[in-house]
Amino acid sequence: MFERVEPPDCTITWQDREIPARAGESLAAALLAAGINRVRVTGMSGAPRGPFCMMGVCFDCLVTVEGEGARQACMVPVVAGMRASP
Amino acid sequence: MTKVDILIVGAGPAGMSAAIEARRHGASVLLLDENAAPGGQVHRAAKPDAVGPGAAQSREGAALMAALRASGAGLHSGAVLWAIEPGPRAFVLQDHAVHEVDAGRVILASGATERALPIPGWTLPGVMGVGAAQILLKSAGLRPRGRVWIAGQGPLIWLYAAQALARGGEIAGIVDMSRITPHALLRLPRALTAPGYLLRGLAWMRAVRQRVPVFRTRDVVVEGDGRLERIHVGGQIHTADTLLLHDGVVPNTQVTRAIQGCEHRWNAAQRAWEPVLDDWGNTLIPGILVAGDGGGIGGAAAASLSGRIAALEAVRALGHLGGAQRDALAAPLMRRRRAELAPRGFLDALFVPLPMPVDEVTLCRCEEVTAGSVRAAAGLGCLGTNQLKAFTRAGMGLCQGRICGPLLHATLAEARGVPGGDVDPLRTRFPTKPLSLGELATLAPSASAASASGKG
Repeated sequence: MFERVEPPDCTITWQDREIPARAGESLAAALLAAGINRVRVTGMSGAPRGPFCMMGVCFDCLVTVEGEGARQACMVPVVAGMRASP
Repeated sequence: MTKVDILIVGAGPAGMSAAIEARRHGASVLLLDENAAPGGQVHRAAKPDAVGPGAAQSREGAALMAALRASGAGLHSGAVLWAIEPGPRAFVLQDHAVHEVDAGRVILASGATERALPIPGWTLPGVMGVGAAQILLKSAGLRPRGRVWIAGQGPLIWLYAAQALARGGEIAGIVDMSRITPHALLRLPRALTAPGYLLRGLAWMRAVRQRVPVFRTRDVVVEGDGRLERIHVGGQIHTADTLLLHDGVVPNTQVTRAIQGCEHRWNAAQRAWEPVLDDWGNTLIPGILVAGDGGGIGGAAAASLSGRIAALEAVRALGHLGGAQRDALAAPLMRRRRAELAPRGFLDALFVPLPMPVDEVTLCRCEEVTAGSVRAAAGLGCLGTNQLKAFTRAGMGLCQGRICGPLLHATLAEARGVPGGDVDPLRTRFPTKPLSLGELATLAPSASAASASGKG
Protein backbone atom coordinates (compact mmCIF):
# COMPACT_ATOMS: atom_id res chain seq x y z
CA MET A 1 0.00 0.00 0.00
CA PHE A 2 1.00 3.63 0.30
CA GLU A 3 1.73 5.96 3.21
CA ARG A 4 1.88 9.70 3.46
CA VAL A 5 5.14 11.61 3.67
CA GLU A 6 3.25 14.75 4.79
CA PRO A 7 0.48 14.68 7.44
CA PRO A 8 -3.17 15.09 6.36
CA ASP A 9 -4.79 18.51 6.82
CA CYS A 10 -8.50 17.75 6.47
CA THR A 11 -11.05 14.94 6.35
CA ILE A 12 -13.46 13.71 3.70
CA THR A 13 -16.26 11.15 3.85
CA TRP A 14 -16.10 7.92 1.84
CA GLN A 15 -19.44 6.08 2.10
CA ASP A 16 -20.08 6.51 5.84
CA ARG A 17 -16.46 6.58 6.88
CA GLU A 18 -14.44 9.68 7.65
CA ILE A 19 -10.91 9.49 6.22
CA PRO A 20 -7.95 11.86 6.47
CA ALA A 21 -6.90 13.75 3.34
CA ARG A 22 -4.93 16.74 2.09
CA ALA A 23 -6.78 19.51 0.29
CA GLY A 24 -5.83 19.67 -3.38
CA GLU A 25 -4.60 16.09 -3.74
CA SER A 26 -6.71 13.82 -5.92
CA LEU A 27 -9.61 11.96 -4.35
CA ALA A 28 -8.06 8.69 -5.57
CA ALA A 29 -4.82 9.53 -3.74
CA ALA A 30 -6.75 10.18 -0.52
CA LEU A 31 -8.56 6.85 -0.83
CA LEU A 32 -5.33 4.93 -1.50
CA ALA A 33 -3.60 6.66 1.43
CA ALA A 34 -6.47 5.42 3.62
CA GLY A 35 -5.93 1.86 2.38
CA ILE A 36 -9.00 1.87 0.10
CA ASN A 37 -8.13 0.38 -3.29
CA ARG A 38 -11.56 -1.01 -4.27
CA VAL A 39 -13.89 1.77 -5.37
CA ARG A 40 -16.45 0.19 -7.70
CA VAL A 41 -17.56 -2.98 -9.47
CA THR A 42 -17.79 -3.41 -13.24
CA GLY A 43 -21.12 -3.30 -15.02
CA MET A 44 -20.31 -6.43 -17.00
CA SER A 45 -19.36 -9.04 -14.38
CA GLY A 46 -19.44 -7.20 -11.06
CA ALA A 47 -15.65 -7.51 -10.73
CA PRO A 48 -14.08 -5.15 -8.18
CA ARG A 49 -11.90 -2.32 -9.49
CA GLY A 50 -9.73 0.44 -8.08
CA PRO A 51 -7.53 3.30 -9.21
CA PHE A 52 -5.17 2.06 -11.95
CA CYS A 53 -3.66 4.85 -14.12
CA MET A 54 -4.03 7.94 -11.86
CA MET A 55 -4.09 10.23 -14.93
CA GLY A 56 -7.65 10.21 -16.21
CA VAL A 57 -7.14 7.51 -18.81
CA CYS A 58 -8.48 4.15 -17.56
CA PHE A 59 -11.86 5.16 -16.06
CA ASP A 60 -11.49 2.39 -13.45
CA CYS A 61 -11.74 4.80 -10.48
CA LEU A 62 -15.23 6.15 -11.31
CA VAL A 63 -17.06 7.22 -8.15
CA THR A 64 -19.91 9.47 -7.05
CA VAL A 65 -18.77 12.87 -5.72
CA GLU A 66 -21.25 15.18 -3.97
CA GLY A 67 -24.11 13.33 -5.65
CA GLU A 68 -22.63 13.51 -9.17
CA GLY A 69 -21.96 10.06 -10.62
CA ALA A 70 -19.17 8.72 -12.84
CA ARG A 71 -16.44 11.13 -11.74
CA GLN A 72 -12.83 10.08 -12.22
CA ALA A 73 -11.50 10.02 -8.64
CA CYS A 74 -7.95 10.56 -9.91
CA MET A 75 -8.97 13.86 -11.56
CA VAL A 76 -11.11 15.31 -8.73
CA PRO A 77 -9.14 17.52 -6.30
CA VAL A 78 -9.99 16.99 -2.62
CA VAL A 79 -11.89 19.75 -0.84
CA ALA A 80 -12.24 19.57 2.96
CA GLY A 81 -15.48 17.85 3.91
CA MET A 82 -16.02 16.34 0.44
CA ARG A 83 -18.46 13.40 0.32
CA ALA A 84 -17.89 10.52 -2.09
CA SER A 85 -19.10 6.96 -2.52
CA PRO A 86 -18.85 4.05 -4.97
CA MET B 1 -16.54 32.55 -27.83
CA THR B 2 -12.87 33.20 -27.20
CA LYS B 3 -10.51 34.20 -30.01
CA VAL B 4 -6.83 33.56 -29.66
CA ASP B 5 -3.82 33.33 -32.00
CA ILE B 6 -2.58 30.01 -30.66
CA LEU B 7 -4.44 27.47 -28.55
CA ILE B 8 -2.16 24.92 -26.91
CA VAL B 9 -3.62 21.76 -25.37
CA GLY B 10 -1.57 20.10 -22.64
CA ALA B 11 0.74 21.92 -20.20
CA GLY B 12 3.60 19.42 -20.07
CA PRO B 13 7.11 20.18 -21.35
CA ALA B 14 5.98 20.52 -25.00
CA GLY B 15 2.94 22.68 -24.29
CA MET B 16 4.64 24.96 -21.77
CA SER B 17 7.65 25.44 -24.07
CA ALA B 18 5.39 26.17 -27.04
CA ALA B 19 3.47 28.78 -25.03
CA ILE B 20 6.63 30.54 -23.87
CA GLU B 21 8.12 30.59 -27.39
CA ALA B 22 4.91 31.84 -29.03
CA ARG B 23 4.56 34.67 -26.51
CA ARG B 24 8.16 35.71 -27.22
CA HIS B 25 7.04 36.56 -30.76
CA GLY B 26 3.94 38.48 -29.75
CA ALA B 27 1.18 35.92 -30.41
CA SER B 28 -1.71 35.66 -27.97
CA VAL B 29 -1.71 32.22 -26.35
CA LEU B 30 -4.22 30.15 -24.41
CA LEU B 31 -2.83 27.01 -22.76
CA LEU B 32 -5.28 24.37 -21.50
CA ASP B 33 -4.64 21.43 -19.21
CA GLU B 34 -6.95 18.85 -17.75
CA ASN B 35 -5.00 18.70 -14.49
CA ALA B 36 -5.28 21.09 -11.55
CA ALA B 37 -1.79 22.50 -12.18
CA PRO B 38 0.62 22.74 -15.12
CA GLY B 39 3.63 20.45 -15.54
CA GLY B 40 2.17 17.40 -17.25
CA GLN B 41 3.17 13.99 -15.98
CA VAL B 42 6.94 14.50 -16.05
CA HIS B 43 7.01 17.94 -14.41
CA ARG B 44 4.11 17.28 -12.04
CA ALA B 45 4.73 19.24 -8.82
CA ALA B 46 8.24 20.10 -10.05
CA LYS B 47 10.36 22.02 -7.53
CA PRO B 48 13.19 24.51 -8.14
CA ASP B 49 15.15 23.07 -5.18
CA ALA B 50 14.61 19.37 -5.97
CA VAL B 51 17.28 16.88 -4.85
CA GLY B 52 17.75 13.15 -5.43
CA PRO B 53 16.89 10.95 -8.43
CA GLY B 54 15.22 12.90 -11.25
CA ALA B 55 16.10 16.23 -9.58
CA ALA B 56 17.60 17.82 -12.70
CA GLN B 57 14.37 17.21 -14.58
CA SER B 58 12.29 18.57 -11.70
CA ARG B 59 14.37 21.77 -11.65
CA GLU B 60 13.91 22.12 -15.44
CA GLY B 61 10.17 21.74 -14.95
CA ALA B 62 10.09 24.39 -12.23
CA ALA B 63 12.04 26.77 -14.50
CA LEU B 64 9.56 26.18 -17.33
CA MET B 65 6.62 26.89 -15.00
CA ALA B 66 8.24 30.15 -13.84
CA ALA B 67 8.88 31.19 -17.45
CA LEU B 68 5.30 30.30 -18.35
CA ARG B 69 3.91 32.47 -15.53
CA ALA B 70 6.08 35.38 -16.70
CA SER B 71 5.20 34.89 -20.38
CA GLY B 72 1.71 36.37 -20.35
CA ALA B 73 0.15 33.21 -21.79
CA GLY B 74 -3.35 32.47 -20.52
CA LEU B 75 -3.41 29.23 -18.52
CA HIS B 76 -6.64 27.34 -17.90
CA SER B 77 -6.21 24.38 -15.55
CA GLY B 78 -8.94 21.81 -15.08
CA ALA B 79 -9.97 22.42 -18.71
CA VAL B 80 -10.70 19.50 -21.03
CA LEU B 81 -10.60 19.68 -24.83
CA TRP B 82 -13.40 17.43 -26.07
CA ALA B 83 -13.72 18.31 -29.77
CA ILE B 84 -12.03 20.17 -32.61
CA GLU B 85 -13.79 21.34 -35.76
CA PRO B 86 -12.28 22.78 -38.93
CA GLY B 87 -11.29 26.40 -38.43
CA PRO B 88 -9.78 25.31 -36.16
CA ARG B 89 -12.44 25.72 -33.50
CA ALA B 90 -12.02 23.93 -30.17
CA PHE B 91 -14.66 22.92 -27.64
CA VAL B 92 -13.50 23.00 -24.06
CA LEU B 93 -15.19 21.82 -20.87
CA GLN B 94 -14.34 23.73 -17.72
CA ASP B 95 -16.31 24.12 -14.48
CA HIS B 96 -19.29 22.26 -16.00
CA ALA B 97 -19.60 24.72 -18.89
CA VAL B 98 -18.55 24.44 -22.53
CA HIS B 99 -16.42 27.18 -24.06
CA GLU B 100 -15.69 27.62 -27.76
CA VAL B 101 -12.26 28.80 -28.78
CA ASP B 102 -11.45 30.04 -32.29
CA ALA B 103 -7.72 29.80 -32.82
CA GLY B 104 -5.39 30.75 -35.64
CA ARG B 105 -3.39 27.64 -34.85
CA VAL B 106 -3.90 24.73 -32.43
CA ILE B 107 -0.89 22.92 -31.00
CA LEU B 108 -1.82 19.57 -29.45
CA ALA B 109 0.64 18.52 -26.76
CA SER B 110 -1.22 15.60 -25.27
CA GLY B 111 1.83 13.60 -24.17
CA ALA B 112 1.98 9.89 -23.54
CA THR B 113 0.15 7.24 -21.57
CA GLU B 114 1.56 4.04 -20.07
CA ARG B 115 1.40 1.01 -22.34
CA ALA B 116 -0.63 -1.51 -20.37
CA LEU B 117 1.02 -4.79 -19.39
CA PRO B 118 -1.71 -7.44 -19.25
CA ILE B 119 -0.70 -10.37 -17.05
CA PRO B 120 -2.99 -12.91 -15.37
CA GLY B 121 -4.98 -11.13 -12.62
CA TRP B 122 -3.99 -7.57 -13.61
CA THR B 123 -7.54 -6.21 -13.23
CA LEU B 124 -7.61 -6.85 -9.45
CA PRO B 125 -7.59 -3.81 -7.14
CA GLY B 126 -4.04 -3.31 -5.90
CA VAL B 127 -2.53 -3.62 -9.38
CA MET B 128 -1.60 -0.23 -10.87
CA GLY B 129 0.88 1.38 -13.24
CA VAL B 130 4.37 2.43 -12.21
CA GLY B 131 3.55 5.81 -13.73
CA ALA B 132 0.43 5.90 -11.56
CA ALA B 133 2.53 5.33 -8.44
CA GLN B 134 4.95 8.03 -9.55
CA ILE B 135 2.03 10.46 -9.84
CA LEU B 136 1.02 9.50 -6.26
CA LEU B 137 4.58 10.14 -5.09
CA LYS B 138 4.99 13.47 -6.89
CA SER B 139 1.57 15.02 -6.48
CA ALA B 140 0.33 13.60 -3.16
CA GLY B 141 3.54 12.56 -1.41
CA LEU B 142 2.43 8.92 -1.12
CA ARG B 143 5.35 6.48 -0.85
CA PRO B 144 5.12 2.70 -1.20
CA ARG B 145 4.95 0.82 2.10
CA GLY B 146 4.57 -2.87 2.87
CA ARG B 147 4.38 -5.61 0.25
CA VAL B 148 4.75 -3.45 -2.85
CA TRP B 149 6.12 -5.17 -5.95
CA ILE B 150 7.10 -3.84 -9.38
CA ALA B 151 7.10 -5.84 -12.64
CA GLY B 152 7.77 -5.03 -16.28
CA GLN B 153 10.48 -3.17 -18.14
CA GLY B 154 11.76 0.28 -18.98
CA PRO B 155 13.63 3.22 -17.43
CA LEU B 156 10.62 4.49 -15.45
CA ILE B 157 10.74 1.39 -13.21
CA TRP B 158 14.22 2.27 -11.99
CA LEU B 159 13.57 6.00 -11.76
CA TYR B 160 10.39 5.46 -9.70
CA ALA B 161 12.05 2.87 -7.43
CA ALA B 162 15.03 5.19 -6.84
CA GLN B 163 12.71 8.15 -6.12
CA ALA B 164 10.50 6.09 -3.80
CA LEU B 165 13.46 4.72 -1.82
CA ALA B 166 15.01 8.19 -1.56
CA ARG B 167 11.75 9.39 0.05
CA GLY B 168 11.75 6.56 2.59
CA GLY B 169 9.54 4.15 0.65
CA GLU B 170 9.76 0.35 0.70
CA ILE B 171 9.73 -2.00 -2.29
CA ALA B 172 9.53 -5.75 -1.67
CA GLY B 173 10.87 -6.82 -5.06
CA ILE B 174 11.28 -5.93 -8.72
CA VAL B 175 10.63 -8.37 -11.57
CA ASP B 176 12.71 -7.20 -14.53
CA MET B 177 11.05 -8.63 -17.66
CA SER B 178 13.48 -7.06 -20.17
CA ARG B 179 15.88 -9.06 -22.37
CA ILE B 180 19.04 -7.71 -23.94
CA THR B 181 19.12 -8.70 -27.61
CA PRO B 182 21.72 -8.37 -30.40
CA HIS B 183 19.20 -6.12 -32.13
CA ALA B 184 19.45 -3.69 -29.20
CA LEU B 185 23.24 -3.94 -28.87
CA LEU B 186 23.64 -2.90 -32.52
CA ARG B 187 22.00 0.40 -31.59
CA LEU B 188 24.14 1.01 -28.52
CA PRO B 189 26.98 2.97 -30.27
CA ARG B 190 24.59 5.67 -31.48
CA ALA B 191 23.05 5.87 -28.00
CA LEU B 192 26.52 6.43 -26.55
CA THR B 193 26.83 9.69 -28.50
CA ALA B 194 24.49 11.09 -25.84
CA PRO B 195 25.54 9.03 -22.81
CA GLY B 196 23.74 11.16 -20.19
CA TYR B 197 20.50 9.18 -20.38
CA LEU B 198 22.17 5.79 -20.09
CA LEU B 199 24.46 6.85 -17.25
CA ARG B 200 21.53 8.26 -15.28
CA GLY B 201 19.59 5.04 -15.83
CA LEU B 202 22.50 2.89 -14.71
CA ALA B 203 22.90 5.02 -11.56
CA TRP B 204 19.21 4.52 -10.66
CA MET B 205 19.54 0.77 -11.25
CA ARG B 206 22.65 0.53 -9.06
CA ALA B 207 21.02 2.46 -6.21
CA VAL B 208 17.90 0.31 -6.33
CA ARG B 209 19.67 -3.06 -6.64
CA GLN B 210 21.57 -2.41 -3.40
CA ARG B 211 18.30 -2.39 -1.46
CA VAL B 212 15.68 -4.33 -3.44
CA PRO B 213 15.82 -7.96 -4.65
CA VAL B 214 15.55 -8.13 -8.45
CA PHE B 215 14.16 -11.19 -10.25
CA ARG B 216 14.56 -11.84 -13.98
CA THR B 217 11.59 -13.70 -15.43
CA ARG B 218 8.53 -13.06 -17.57
CA ASP B 219 6.40 -15.46 -15.54
CA VAL B 220 4.32 -13.23 -13.24
CA VAL B 221 0.77 -14.11 -12.11
CA VAL B 222 -1.50 -12.09 -9.80
CA GLU B 223 -3.93 -13.80 -7.43
CA GLY B 224 -6.39 -12.74 -4.77
CA ASP B 225 -9.99 -12.84 -3.62
CA GLY B 226 -11.45 -9.49 -4.68
CA ARG B 227 -8.08 -7.77 -4.48
CA LEU B 228 -4.38 -8.51 -5.01
CA GLU B 229 -3.08 -10.83 -2.26
CA ARG B 230 -0.28 -12.90 -3.81
CA ILE B 231 1.96 -12.84 -6.83
CA HIS B 232 3.71 -15.82 -8.41
CA VAL B 233 7.15 -14.89 -9.70
CA GLY B 234 8.84 -17.62 -11.71
CA GLY B 235 6.81 -20.21 -9.79
CA GLN B 236 7.58 -18.79 -6.32
CA ILE B 237 4.71 -17.32 -4.30
CA HIS B 238 5.05 -13.96 -2.51
CA THR B 239 2.45 -12.10 -0.46
CA ALA B 240 1.73 -8.69 -2.00
CA ASP B 241 -0.79 -5.88 -1.52
CA THR B 242 0.34 -3.70 -4.42
CA LEU B 243 1.84 -4.55 -7.81
CA LEU B 244 3.04 -1.79 -10.13
CA LEU B 245 3.28 -2.73 -13.82
CA HIS B 246 5.10 -0.94 -16.63
CA ASP B 247 5.91 -1.59 -20.28
CA GLY B 248 6.94 1.83 -21.55
CA VAL B 249 4.68 4.56 -22.89
CA VAL B 250 2.73 5.23 -26.09
CA PRO B 251 1.69 8.53 -27.72
CA ASN B 252 -1.70 9.80 -26.57
CA THR B 253 -3.44 10.19 -29.95
CA GLN B 254 -7.01 10.17 -28.65
CA VAL B 255 -7.72 13.61 -30.17
CA THR B 256 -5.77 13.36 -33.45
CA ARG B 257 -7.34 10.00 -34.35
CA ALA B 258 -10.79 11.60 -34.06
CA ILE B 259 -9.97 14.34 -36.61
CA GLN B 260 -11.11 13.31 -40.06
CA GLY B 261 -8.24 13.31 -42.54
CA CYS B 262 -5.57 13.53 -39.85
CA GLU B 263 -3.52 10.54 -41.03
CA HIS B 264 -1.51 8.36 -38.67
CA ARG B 265 1.43 6.09 -39.38
CA TRP B 266 2.69 2.94 -37.70
CA ASN B 267 6.02 3.44 -35.96
CA ALA B 268 7.49 -0.07 -36.22
CA ALA B 269 10.42 0.67 -33.88
CA GLN B 270 8.16 2.00 -31.12
CA ARG B 271 5.25 -0.33 -31.98
CA ALA B 272 2.76 2.51 -31.85
CA TRP B 273 0.58 4.68 -34.09
CA GLU B 274 1.49 8.34 -34.34
CA PRO B 275 0.11 11.28 -36.37
CA VAL B 276 1.83 12.01 -39.69
CA LEU B 277 3.84 15.20 -39.05
CA ASP B 278 6.41 17.27 -40.89
CA ASP B 279 9.59 18.52 -39.13
CA TRP B 280 7.63 21.47 -37.71
CA GLY B 281 4.84 19.38 -36.21
CA ASN B 282 2.18 20.22 -38.84
CA THR B 283 -0.44 17.47 -39.19
CA LEU B 284 -2.16 16.98 -42.54
CA ILE B 285 -5.00 19.20 -41.26
CA PRO B 286 -4.40 22.93 -41.86
CA GLY B 287 -3.97 24.82 -38.61
CA ILE B 288 -3.42 21.81 -36.35
CA LEU B 289 0.04 20.92 -35.09
CA VAL B 290 1.31 18.28 -32.66
CA ALA B 291 4.29 18.67 -30.34
CA GLY B 292 5.95 16.32 -27.87
CA ASP B 293 5.32 12.67 -27.06
CA GLY B 294 1.80 12.79 -28.55
CA GLY B 295 3.55 12.78 -31.94
CA GLY B 296 5.99 9.96 -31.11
CA ILE B 297 7.90 9.07 -27.96
CA GLY B 298 11.06 11.13 -27.49
CA GLY B 299 11.11 12.08 -23.81
CA ALA B 300 10.75 15.39 -21.98
CA ALA B 301 13.78 17.23 -23.40
CA ALA B 302 12.88 16.43 -27.01
CA ALA B 303 9.25 17.32 -26.27
CA SER B 304 10.25 20.72 -24.99
CA LEU B 305 12.25 21.39 -28.17
CA SER B 306 9.36 20.16 -30.36
CA GLY B 307 7.08 22.58 -28.55
CA ARG B 308 9.35 25.52 -29.37
CA ILE B 309 9.72 24.39 -33.00
CA ALA B 310 5.94 24.05 -33.43
CA ALA B 311 5.44 27.48 -31.87
CA LEU B 312 7.91 29.07 -34.31
CA GLU B 313 6.00 27.51 -37.22
CA ALA B 314 2.66 28.66 -35.79
CA VAL B 315 3.79 32.28 -35.29
CA ARG B 316 5.25 32.27 -38.82
CA ALA B 317 1.97 31.01 -40.26
CA LEU B 318 0.13 33.81 -38.43
CA GLY B 319 2.50 36.48 -39.74
CA HIS B 320 4.36 37.27 -36.51
CA LEU B 321 7.64 36.01 -37.92
CA GLY B 322 9.23 35.73 -41.38
CA GLY B 323 10.09 32.35 -42.89
CA ALA B 324 13.85 33.07 -42.82
CA GLN B 325 13.66 34.17 -39.18
CA ARG B 326 11.77 31.03 -38.30
CA ASP B 327 14.38 28.87 -40.01
CA ALA B 328 17.28 30.65 -38.30
CA LEU B 329 15.68 30.32 -34.85
CA ALA B 330 14.66 26.71 -35.38
CA ALA B 331 17.96 25.37 -36.75
CA PRO B 332 19.75 25.03 -33.39
CA LEU B 333 16.57 23.62 -31.80
CA MET B 334 16.31 20.94 -34.49
CA ARG B 335 20.00 20.05 -34.00
CA ARG B 336 19.45 19.69 -30.25
CA ARG B 337 16.34 17.62 -30.86
CA ARG B 338 18.28 15.18 -33.06
CA ALA B 339 20.90 14.86 -30.30
CA GLU B 340 18.23 14.24 -27.64
CA LEU B 341 16.74 11.47 -29.79
CA ALA B 342 20.09 9.67 -30.19
CA PRO B 343 19.48 7.04 -27.45
CA ARG B 344 15.93 6.34 -28.67
CA GLY B 345 16.79 3.56 -31.16
CA PHE B 346 18.63 1.62 -28.47
CA LEU B 347 15.86 2.08 -25.88
CA ASP B 348 13.15 1.14 -28.40
CA ALA B 349 15.06 -2.03 -29.38
CA LEU B 350 15.91 -2.92 -25.77
CA PHE B 351 12.34 -2.49 -24.51
CA VAL B 352 10.31 -4.03 -27.33
CA PRO B 353 6.78 -4.36 -25.91
CA LEU B 354 6.24 -7.63 -24.05
CA PRO B 355 4.32 -10.48 -25.75
CA MET B 356 0.55 -10.66 -25.37
CA PRO B 357 -0.68 -13.04 -22.64
CA VAL B 358 -2.43 -16.42 -22.65
CA ASP B 359 -6.07 -16.68 -23.77
CA GLU B 360 -7.63 -16.37 -20.29
CA VAL B 361 -6.23 -12.90 -19.59
CA THR B 362 -8.47 -9.82 -19.98
CA LEU B 363 -7.25 -7.28 -22.55
CA CYS B 364 -10.19 -4.85 -22.59
CA ARG B 365 -10.74 -4.01 -18.91
CA CYS B 366 -13.98 -2.08 -19.51
CA GLU B 367 -15.88 -4.63 -21.61
CA GLU B 368 -13.94 -7.52 -20.01
CA VAL B 369 -12.82 -9.11 -23.29
CA THR B 370 -10.06 -11.73 -23.09
CA ALA B 371 -7.07 -12.31 -25.36
CA GLY B 372 -8.70 -15.61 -26.32
CA SER B 373 -11.83 -13.83 -27.60
CA VAL B 374 -9.71 -11.50 -29.70
CA ARG B 375 -7.80 -14.45 -31.18
CA ALA B 376 -11.07 -16.28 -31.85
CA ALA B 377 -12.36 -13.20 -33.72
CA ALA B 378 -9.17 -13.14 -35.79
CA GLY B 379 -9.81 -16.81 -36.60
CA LEU B 380 -13.27 -15.86 -37.86
CA GLY B 381 -11.75 -13.33 -40.24
CA CYS B 382 -11.64 -10.14 -38.16
CA LEU B 383 -8.94 -7.96 -39.76
CA GLY B 384 -8.63 -4.90 -37.55
CA THR B 385 -9.46 -3.24 -34.26
CA ASN B 386 -12.52 -1.41 -35.59
CA GLN B 387 -14.08 -4.64 -36.90
CA LEU B 388 -13.20 -6.21 -33.56
CA LYS B 389 -15.72 -3.92 -31.85
CA ALA B 390 -18.55 -5.63 -33.72
CA PHE B 391 -17.13 -9.07 -32.91
CA THR B 392 -16.42 -8.56 -29.19
CA ARG B 393 -17.23 -5.00 -27.97
CA ALA B 394 -13.51 -4.67 -27.11
CA GLY B 395 -12.50 -1.00 -27.08
CA MET B 396 -16.09 0.26 -26.74
CA GLY B 397 -16.23 0.72 -22.98
CA LEU B 398 -15.69 3.54 -20.54
CA CYS B 399 -12.07 4.26 -21.47
CA GLN B 400 -12.81 4.24 -25.23
CA GLY B 401 -9.83 2.03 -25.99
CA ARG B 402 -7.25 4.18 -24.21
CA ILE B 403 -5.88 1.21 -22.25
CA CYS B 404 -6.68 -1.77 -24.48
CA GLY B 405 -6.12 -0.17 -27.92
CA PRO B 406 -2.42 -1.10 -28.25
CA LEU B 407 -3.11 -4.56 -26.74
CA LEU B 408 -5.96 -5.40 -29.15
CA HIS B 409 -3.81 -4.18 -32.01
CA ALA B 410 -0.79 -6.30 -31.02
CA THR B 411 -2.93 -9.40 -30.45
CA LEU B 412 -4.65 -9.10 -33.85
CA ALA B 413 -1.37 -8.48 -35.69
CA GLU B 414 0.18 -11.51 -33.99
CA ALA B 415 -2.85 -13.72 -34.64
CA ARG B 416 -2.99 -12.70 -38.31
CA GLY B 417 0.78 -12.96 -38.71
CA VAL B 418 1.06 -9.49 -40.26
CA PRO B 419 3.11 -6.37 -39.43
CA GLY B 420 1.46 -3.85 -37.09
CA GLY B 421 1.00 -1.36 -39.92
CA ASP B 422 -1.44 -3.76 -41.59
CA VAL B 423 -3.88 -3.65 -38.65
CA ASP B 424 -5.86 -0.42 -38.31
CA PRO B 425 -5.83 1.54 -35.03
CA LEU B 426 -9.09 2.18 -33.15
CA ARG B 427 -10.91 5.19 -34.60
CA THR B 428 -11.86 7.62 -31.86
CA ARG B 429 -14.88 9.91 -31.77
CA PHE B 430 -15.63 13.27 -30.22
CA PRO B 431 -16.39 13.94 -27.42
CA THR B 432 -12.89 12.91 -26.40
CA LYS B 433 -13.94 12.94 -22.75
CA PRO B 434 -17.48 12.40 -21.47
CA LEU B 435 -19.62 15.42 -20.78
CA SER B 436 -23.17 15.60 -19.45
CA LEU B 437 -26.16 16.82 -21.48
CA GLY B 438 -26.43 19.72 -19.06
CA GLU B 439 -22.84 20.68 -19.79
CA LEU B 440 -23.44 20.31 -23.54
CA ALA B 441 -26.51 22.54 -23.25
CA THR B 442 -24.36 25.44 -22.03
CA LEU B 443 -23.22 25.72 -25.68
CA ALA B 444 -26.57 27.16 -26.81
CA PRO B 445 -26.31 30.98 -26.98
CA SER B 446 -29.73 31.40 -25.35
CA ALA B 447 -28.78 29.02 -22.55
CA SER B 448 -25.67 31.00 -21.65
CA ALA B 449 -27.68 34.25 -21.62
CA ALA B 450 -30.43 32.64 -19.53
CA SER B 451 -28.04 31.15 -17.01
CA ALA B 452 -26.19 34.47 -16.72
CA SER B 453 -29.40 36.33 -15.91
CA GLY B 454 -30.94 33.48 -13.94
CA LYS B 455 -27.99 33.04 -11.62
CA GLY B 456 -27.19 36.75 -11.34
